[in-house]
Amino acid sequence: MDFRLTEEQLALQDTLRRFIAKDYDFERRRSLARSPLGYSAQAWAQYAELGLLGLPYPEEFGGLGGSGVDIMAVMELVGQGLLLEPYVSTVVLCGGLLRDAATRAIKEALLPQIAAGKLQIALAAYEAAGRYELAHVAATAVRDANGWRLTGRKSVVLDAPSADYFLLSARSSGSRTDAEGISLFLVRRDAPGLTLQAYATQSGGRAADLHLQDVPIDEDAVIGAPERALPVIERAVDQGIAALCAEAAGIVTALNEATLNYLKTRKQFGTVIGSFQALQHRMADMFIAAEQIRSMAIIVAIQAAGDEPAARRRAISAAKAYIGETARFVGQQAVQLHGAMGVVDELNVGHYFKRLTMIDMTFGDADHHLARFSEALRVEAVGATS
Amino acid sequence: MNLNYTLAEESFRAEVRAFLEAELPADIRSKVRLARRMHKDDLVRWQKILYRRGWGAGMWPRRFGGADWSVVEQHIFDEESAAAGAPPQLAFALRMVAPVLMSFATAAQQNYFLPRIISGEDWWCQGYSEPGSGSDLASLRTSAVREGAHYRVTGQKTWNTLGQHADWIFCLVRTSSDVRPQQGISFLLIDMKSPGITVRPIITIDGEHEINDIFFDNVQVPAENLVGEENKGWTYAKFLLSHERTNNAGIGNCKRALKRLKEIATRQLHNGRPLIEDSRFRDRIAQVELELMALEITNLRVLSAVSKESRAPGPEVSLLKIKGSEIIQQLAELQMHALGHDALPYLREALEVDWVPPPLLADHYAAFAPPLTGQYFNYRKTTIYAGSTEIQKNIISKLILGL
Repeated sequence: MDFRLTEEQLALQDTLRRFIAKDYDFERRRSLARSPLGYSAQAWAQYAELGLLGLPYPEEFGGLGGSGVDIMAVMELVGQGLLLEPYVSTVVLCGGLLRDAATRAIKEALLPQIAAGKLQIALAAYEAAGRYELAHVAATAVRDANGWRLTGRKSVVLDAPSADYFLLSARSSGSRTDAEGISLFLVRRDAPGLTLQAYATQSGGRAADLHLQDVPIDEDAVIGAPERALPVIERAVDQGIAALCAEAAGIVTALNEATLNYLKTRKQFGTVIGSFQALQHRMADMFIAAEQIRSMAIIVAIQAAGDEPAARRRAISAAKAYIGETARFVGQQAVQLHGAMGVVDELNVGHYFKRLTMIDMTFGDADHHLARFSEALRVEAVGATS
Repeated sequence: MNLNYTLAEESFRAEVRAFLEAELPADIRSKVRLARRMHKDDLVRWQKILYRRGWGAGMWPRRFGGADWSVVEQHIFDEESAAAGAPPQLAFALRMVAPVLMSFATAAQQNYFLPRIISGEDWWCQGYSEPGSGSDLASLRTSAVREGAHYRVTGQKTWNTLGQHADWIFCLVRTSSDVRPQQGISFLLIDMKSPGITVRPIITIDGEHEINDIFFDNVQVPAENLVGEENKGWTYAKFLLSHERTNNAGIGNCKRALKRLKEIATRQLHNGRPLIEDSRFRDRIAQVELELMALEITNLRVLSAVSKESRAPGPEVSLLKIKGSEIIQQLAELQMHALGHDALPYLREALEVDWVPPPLLADHYAAFAPPLTGQYFNYRKTTIYAGSTEIQKNIISKLILGL
């Protein structure tokens, strides 16, 4: 048993820390969030040089063969730096999905491109009426002579505006919430019949709703088993959740540091406010929360790639539910302890809080995952049928 | 980073499990599993069995008869013991006074007391809190006045746990009052058979006798029973606390309680279905389980850091104490709630393991109802004793956060 990061992981974090201090301070981040692109193309190129974009892929596809803990080490810093680049979408979710499920030809064509920073992909798996259910797929896939035709809508596709491709779920059989009948398609950004309505997100990134009308897709652009793609999508989202959990752990660490610093410097009634016991105990609660959050992020970093879906999902939902709830506590308290400074745009505290909040709202909030974890508990106690 | 135990640790776990399987007496196991009343004889019997196996005090150094366990091995032992239904060993002797004796006592004191502790021969209790000194322990007033070869001790200790069984008590006493409160305290070992000692039971809200007032009326204590130097007792007390607070997340106990809670919620009916199918109740179980999952890893992180850095546990154990005590309270509360109106009856005799329920009482009621409500009441103590939650937060604020 060993909970230490390796020398390499620590060195990687140091590199990212220096990069953030030099090229990505909070003012720079604010202006990037307001820029048309919404992130730094230059930073993306630097991540490629550092090997971050190929981190989770085998070496034969231009990657570094990194583990879930390597991703965790990166994501903690993504959180601390409030980095805006589409790392989770492209590298963890879509690249990870291709690594796990695509043919060798597709992997050879796309993964090295992702690793080199030349290609971005976004996951288009959620629909408006489906809330957080990945099995809710109303978009249709109909066979034609050359392959498939896709029609339907996908909502809040994260990092869609800058994506070159989408990994998009559509249904060719079954009713709209069936687990079977869902296929996954690699769709080009410029495919005829595909339109985007792009917008910014609350935490500074970009997203879009997708509208598809008879979009033609080649047969070889189907990823994984046709009509049985749901497990592949779920596994990719689980790895995305693990990454977000690590990002949240990084943010909570940064928020606690900022809040503690504020308590030690802000003076009222002739003394630093950190001398008041009511605030000390709140800060102690935030410290405890951060340690517990990090423990959960470790559990999922190690278990997210697991092959056994039930065990993996149990760990994922446990962590996402716990972190959603607990990070909300830390975020809200950090704002509260900063007084009015906590709600101004020019201080990073409010932005950390917003990012934590959006992490909770992404890929299933605390209630959604508590319900899934709780259902697993029921099945364990009384069996699958009730 | 990896969460796996080493092969050696896994084989140690198997060894512990096999030992518990073979050696833990069935009656003791039932008492623990059913939360029945535990008697002195049960705990002493178990300590003697462990002692014969060479595990009387696993974490003690070998030269004192221990097995030199690492914190991780101790954790494995605690976890397996809790899962098997073994009672906890007596912390006052093994984890509290013993480390102080090993570090600060004379060879004569060590040679006399430590073998009697590890073999289960002597029962120890603690004399710290006083009516006017709870969280503010350094304000204690029980006095020890040196008179030739003796100290004369006068005063009152309270919240003393299981002192009704004790052969010895380790006490913090005031030996000087004209210095800062912390500097006038000494650490004294007192024979409970000494004339002038009176033990008065305090009955807690579960109706049980676990704690006591202890009165000292001009008790003569040989001066050789002073540990270390006079007026240095506060240093030893702080040292003791750092040992007391290791392993106080109580993960094994929490896991056992969670398992029992699920069993009860599966057997109790709600609208004709198992209660656990009621999502409102089940979600409450799930939330505690999440907290416990996180704490288990946090606990291992602390243990692992302590063992890799070869140091004593620091103030981070306050976190473990706070969370562990809150979790066991929540589990006890949910167990009681799972019983519904069966939680109401109070049957003192039902706490005995050989209690035969009257025919009119339902089977499930006999199995677990009576002790659990009492346990809920009893466990309110966990966020109060051994440094209350508020004191632990003060420790985190000062020693970790620097506030």
